[in-house]
Amino acid sequence: MNERVPVLKTYKLFIGGEFPRSESGRSYVLKDARGRALANICQGSRKDFRNSVVAARGAQASWANRSGYNRGQILYRLAELVEGRRDQFVTELKQQGSSMAEARKEVNLTIDRLIYFAGWADKYQQLFSTVNPAASPHFVFSVPEPTGVVALIAPEERGLLALVSLLCPIILGGNTVVALASESRPLSAITFSEVLAAGDVPAGVVNILTGFRPELLEHMAGHMDVNAIVYAAGKSEERKLIQQQASLNVKRVIFPKIEAWTSESVESPYHIMDTQEVKTTWHPVGL
Amino acid sequence: MSTTTEPVGESTSTLPLDWTYAPAPEKADPNIRERYDLFIDGEFVPSIDRQYRKIISPSSETVVCEVAEAGVADIHRAVKAARRAYDKVWSKMPPRERGKYVFRIARLLQERAREMAVAESLTGGKPIRESRDTDIPLSVAHFFYYAGWADKLSYAFPGARARALGVCGQVIPWNFPLLMAAWKIAPALATGNTVVLKPAETTPVTALKLAEIIRDADLPPGVVNIVPGGRPTGQALVEHPDIDKVAFTGSTAVGKWIMKALAGTRKKYTLELGGKAANIIFEDAAIDQAVEGIINAIFFNQGHVCCAGSRLLVQEGIANVVIEKLKRRMDTLILGDPLDKNTDVGAINSKEQLDKINRYLHVGEEEGAEMWQPSCPVPEKGFWCRPTLFTNVSQSHRITQEEIFGPVLAIQTFRTAEEAIEKANNTPYGLSGGVWTDKGAKIFKVTRLMKAGVVWANTFNKFDPSSPFGGYKESGMGREGGWHGLMPYVELEAL
Amino acid sequence: MTPTLQQPYPNWYPSPPVDQVGVEERVARLNQRSIKKESKVAALKLALSMIDLTTLEGSDSPGKVQQLCYKAMHLHDALPGLPHVAAVCVYPALVRIARKELGRSGIKVASVATAFPSGQSPRETRMQEIRYAMQEGADEIDMVISRGSFLHGDFACVYDEIAEAKSICGTQAHLKVILETGELGTLDRIRHASDLALAAGGDFIKTSTGKVQPAATLPVTLVMLEAIRDYHQRTGQIRGMKPAGGIRNAKTAIQYLVLLNETLGRDWMTPDLFRIGASTLANDILMQLAKETTGVYQSLDYFSQA
Repeated sequence: MNERVPVLKTYKLFIGGEFPRSESGRSYVLKDARGRALANICQGSRKDFRNSVVAARGAQASWANRSGYNRGQILYRLAELVEGRRDQFVTELKQQGSSMAEARKEVNLTIDRLIYFAGWADKYQQLFSTVNPAASPHFVFSVPEPTGVVALIAPEERGLLALVSLLCPIILGGNTVVALASESRPLSAITFSEVLAAGDVPAGVVNILTGFRPELLEHMAGHMDVNAIVYAAGKSEERKLIQQQASLNVKRVIFPKIEAWTSESVESPYHIMDTQEVKTTWHPVGL
Repeated sequence: MSTTTEPVGESTSTLPLDWTYAPAPEKADPNIRERYDLFIDGEFVPSIDRQYRKIISPSSETVVCEVAEAGVADIHRAVKAARRAYDKVWSKMPPRERGKYVFRIARLLQERAREMAVAESLTGGKPIRESRDTDIPLSVAHFFYYAGWADKLSYAFPGARARALGVCGQVIPWNFPLLMAAWKIAPALATGNTVVLKPAETTPVTALKLAEIIRDADLPPGVVNIVPGGRPTGQALVEHPDIDKVAFTGSTAVGKWIMKALAGTRKKYTLELGGKAANIIFEDAAIDQAVEGIINAIFFNQGHVCCAGSRLLVQEGIANVVIEKLKRRMDTLILGDPLDKNTDVGAINSKEQLDKINRYLHVGEEEGAEMWQPSCPVPEKGFWCRPTLFTNVSQSHRITQEEIFGPVLAIQTFRTAEEAIEKANNTPYGLSGGVWTDKGAKIFKVTRLMKAGVVWANTFNKFDPSSPFGGYKESGMGREGGWHGLMPYVELEAL
Repeated sequence: MTPTLQQPYPNWYPSPPVDQVGVEERVARLNQRSIKKESKVAALKLALSMIDLTTLEGSDSPGKVQQLCYKAMHLHDALPGLPHVAAVCVYPALVRIARKELGRSGIKVASVATAFPSGQSPRETRMQEIRYAMQEGADEIDMVISRGSFLHGDFACVYDEIAEAKSICGTQAHLKVILETGELGTLDRIRHASDLALAAGGDFIKTSTGKVQPAATLPVTLVMLEAIRDYHQRTGQIRGMKPAGGIRNAKTAIQYLVLLNETLGRDWMTPDLFRIGASTLANDILMQLAKETTGVYQSLDYFSQA
């Protein structure tokens, strides 16, 4: 009897709305808990990172120009798409070592988190803007504005949930992102890219790379056209390297304090402010 | 009633009066001691190695007093005092009581406003009119504003509890010595932190007079410590292991050094760095007020302002008129003794800074830009730079790109709004900017597109304690003033 | 038929918008000037020489005007070396008396005309009043613009009236154009009216009739001085300015002089180009001058009312 040969998935990078392989042509083998090969994962290079930043920068102005309502709708649609692909995501997480229960929980939380943050997209501005009572005949107001292009380094654990939890507050605030997925659990990140591509997220708003952190970190943290870097992988010597490199262009460095990715404390609008600037505008009041 | 036809009195010549203003010196006594020590743990103490630095007046080059120079060991003492004060006293005190101390400081400062203003002008070089009417009142207001927040933080952050960070190391510059001290100390105290502050090496006097006020306000010892000194002192403070946060205002170069020095540590930091702001004038601006705004933007405080409007972008159709008006207005600027109430342009803060400015004037000319200065007389002694403008300037000139930190304006023309915005944003800096136009929609559009933390529309160089101030990009991160100014000094925890 | 160019396209600037807060800030800054000692004495004397001593009441009579003229010529005989005021300003019916009293003292006779203060009379009557005043001996004519027409948007009419008034004055009398700034509303309008009056040939632009509040203010004066400056810059012509009403004390007068000095400069610091319309100001200036000489503060009891 002939058993059907399954088609193995090629996991590529997600840059500028497209799925290229690494320009370096390299890849690494992802193995499961029993040491069997799961998939070939692209080993992203610094040039891939460079290209991603170009895509992110190109997409940033118009992404920021969209209304909060629009960005919220887009996030909500992503939730719908993940819900629709729930089984695929669960299977992948199991492949990468989660139990069925854990996998289901992670996917559920991911969907709910997308919805949670979608609801903030057109509200955080009201929370974090002020009209300032200056003691002179001027109207003075302060509003948050996206910082621009953000580099994001996901942690090893929770390959899907952590990445999405970190992404949401960054992009709903009008920033664009170049993210480096978990090295040991990268599959969900690339599948999530497919959701991004299928959803209404404009090309270049989110770019996802896979590869080795030690190789890429220095370039991510030192890139002069990246405005902020969010790092959640928890290694103190990597944190130090990031802070040193960030000084080159006074990049904003964010180490989110998360005790557990499943905890509700991850769902906070203050994470949005991490990658926002504040602009204060003055105008005289007169005839 | 008798009538008379003979001429009465002397017939007035109708020759115009050549009117120059007589000297109008401010006479109040600044009450500056001969010698100031470090302010640590509620007392004035000499530095451990008994070093002193002479403080000179930049307008006369005479010695005003001497001030103790804090060494590394003194920084240790100060941080230790701040830590103890935080652990034992300040963090345990009910917030309302903390607020009352800060209110006290505000009121005492108000009462001694005049002597502070004179001291500021004497040691810093800025005109008495500015220190009297801007620096000191804003400093008082800053303390008053933040005092009121102390017991209201539970309203400030919905869904979160604000906790103080602990001990803050603060380093401030010489351009607004007292005001910068207020900007740093007030929010730190109001949010429950304690402070070790290093004033700039040329301008420690008003910070130390503030220390006297703090002592007179009976603030618990160690809550605020003031440790004057030069670069090594600042370095020691930033690198001290037992501080929780660094707040720095100064040059971008030093800001970057601080980021590197703090790498690998747990210290939080905020930075307020340099700028090269663009001031954009459109054809439909209220021209005379815009010209006044340009003057104010670059010549206020001799241009020693991080947010100075040092680049003028003027729409080509009105360029000649604007430049002509600028020159005539510059002709009326009075340069001279900072303590004369009529002085508009005071002394440059130090020889070092004057040399730097002069180098840039030289660079500008070498680069082919055309320099113009009014011909006002310049005193013999002291450090002076005439207000200067450069025309024939493009985006790629060094004087357009680099921060000069002096009364020097680089002027370019533009044709469309898009061009102006592009030029305005084409810089690694992003602290401030200005827009002058009478058209409402244009104001909102242009201010939205300018990548700067503070945008002034139809005005410039306006500050208020309620209004957040800070930069984008290499002009720094974090905000000072207003509700947003609380955030850098607290840790937020979910409720 | 090929179209021909009727009129060349005028290459003039429309009046610029004016930002009220910006103007007030500039005035506040100029008010901080500290004028002391010899510069104060010089300013006080100059201010005195710029005064148009004014009486414009329904109850003015020959006797009243005679007494005013005497005061104009004998401000304070106890203080030597004082200049005389620039002019005496009266209603047309009293010009003859004033002319007779002032004789060859060097003090000018200024007459209001054109249905002062409201201007709400037929054009012919208003122009005729100018001719009458000049026949009676006036050296200067202070006319009012038709605010009704201005607010109605009929700028050509306002312009024409001023131009006609100037042609009547010719070189014999100088023409001051009163804008009545308190009725115009905004600084934008005041700037526009100033530019219009200058273009139409007014020798002086003047703030107010003194019959409406607010009369002269420093912000309004600054805007008008800027209009004169720009006009001079564009055409080379030199025109004058007169704030009137509300300038009651020496300190305020000096503030006006600071405005003048730092906006138009030295060349305008003369009664030929700047006048102050006031009645009680003179005595306050005299008291200040007396204080500068004697060192003690003065009382009004020692200074004659007109």
